[in-house]
Amino acid sequence: MAEPLVIATNLSKKFGDFQAVDGIDFQIAPGEAFGFLGPNGAGKTSTMKMIAATSPVTSGTLSVFGLDPATAGPAIRARLGVVPQEDNLDTELTVEENLFIYGRYFDLPRAEIRQRIDELLAFAQLADRKKSKVDPLSGGMKRRLTIARGLINRPEILILDEPTTGLDPQARHLLWDRLYRLKRDGATLVITTHYMDEAEQLCDRLVIMDKGKIVGEGSPRSLIQEHSTREVVELRFPAGEQELVASRIEGIGSRIEVLPDRILVYADEAEKAIEEVHNRGLEPEMILARRSTLEDVFLHLTGRSLVD
Amino acid sequence: MAAPALRVVEANARFYRHTWRGSVISSFAVPFFTLLAMGGGLGRLVDQGAGTGRGAYLGFIAPALLAATAMMTAAGESTYPVVAGIKWTKNYHAALATPIRPPDLVNGLIGFLGIRLIFNLAVYAGIMVLLDAMEVGPALAAVGPAVLTGVAFATPIAAWCATLDDDRALSSFFRFGLMPMFLFSGTFFPVDQLPSFLQPIVFLSPLWHGVELARGAAGVPESPHFPWWVHTLVLVALAVVGLFLAGRNFTKRLHT
Repeated sequence: MAEPLVIATNLSKKFGDFQAVDGIDFQIAPGEAFGFLGPNGAGKTSTMKMIAATSPVTSGTLSVFGLDPATAGPAIRARLGVVPQEDNLDTELTVEENLFIYGRYFDLPRAEIRQRIDELLAFAQLADRKKSKVDPLSGGMKRRLTIARGLINRPEILILDEPTTGLDPQARHLLWDRLYRLKRDGATLVITTHYMDEAEQLCDRLVIMDKGKIVGEGSPRSLIQEHSTREVVELRFPAGEQELVASRIEGIGSRIEVLPDRILVYADEAEKAIEEVHNRGLEPEMILARRSTLEDVFLHLTGRSLVD
Repeated sequence: MAAPALRVVEANARFYRHTWRGSVISSFAVPFFTLLAMGGGLGRLVDQGAGTGRGAYLGFIAPALLAATAMMTAAGESTYPVVAGIKWTKNYHAALATPIRPPDLVNGLIGFLGIRLIFNLAVYAGIMVLLDAMEVGPALAAVGPAVLTGVAFATPIAAWCATLDDDRALSSFFRFGLMPMFLFSGTFFPVDQLPSFLQPIVFLSPLWHGVELARGAAGVPESPHFPWWVHTLVLVALAVVGLFLAGRNFTKRLHT
């Protein structure tokens, strides 16, 4: 395997008394789409900022491109692209100027930047907005522009912090499509998200974070195989009856989870589980059979749902 | 100036191309009318009365207004834009995802401010020459001290603004900090006109040092209080200490 681009060992970040990242280990290989999945406050963004050499490491070691972010910040950042959680485009400037200024921050020659701007705007499907100001652009357009900006220096790693948070489904799919293309062309992507579908769609490998720690690691498929059953049956009972019937469901499938609004039955074969529910004389208001997702993995590993 | 800071100067210049219209009023119109009203109107009365004791009134306030205008421009550029870069538009955060470091942002801010001050004050000095407030040579000579005054304000103010969470303190700063300084730093009348117990307070005002330095450069008879090099020393010290603190505070705030 090629030398990892990022190696973290016992990496920690503290803000005063608050332990944002608590001794995590991970490695990111070239060409990989690597994800940090977890709820808000899990420590994903803090980890990203340390990788991006904009937030000092509290303890543990971190190496990016074989360099130490504490001493080689500018050299590391020269080879990274960062797409932050919040768009921080210059709204007074035009689309083109936003990219131009950014290119200049990387000390790229002006002619080279102009050429790249045209390529990147075509990629971000913003070619016709080149001269327009940023303010009137839609949320999806701003996000794509921020991604284009993050690519101006042809980065070896593109870091995306919650890339589709706040976007409507259509804008989201368009963005995913652009990220697929980058991945296909061999880019290394580092993505944080609290959307399990996004993690499943985009990530080759991911770590699940909770309260600053890594609680699971692997490909989406292997995580599901390891920590969940193939299928899940969701049962909904009238309000108030949930707890009462839970004990009667016990023993169906390999395990059950009682959530405030429904009961989840984990089983390799949903059909059989549903049959057994009926055999026990239970009549749920709603029955839904589905495949296991990373949400189930998260629930199993932390005992909580991913999105509160 | 190091290359990354020059990139920040370039970005600021590009940004200014979109926003310069808004600053024309504060940079040129306000100083122009102040000069006209104070120098032309009030000046006639003063010169017919007791006088300044240091030459004609218009010539007395013209270099002082260069320094005071520099202070106002510098304050404008080192307050709201700094809070915005950190808290509102967050464009500082965007820049810092590149090889740019927090002190580069400070140096770029001050570098561009310096360029703007040189340009603005040269134009203002030109207007003063046209209005017969000063001769060409003294007018140009007064620009340098005025630019230094601006920088001496900008660096400590930027350092302070990098610690703010919002702009609530800023309007008080302009109203109760800069405005009294503008009026009572010997800008419009010699400090000897103030009660003697107030004079030492004026000596603490950086603007007073800028005003006196600009007057000295413009050939206005020197103030009896301090020689020119003391004024220079105060302003340079402020600029340098401010630059150091701003670099430190920007780093503390933006690389958390």
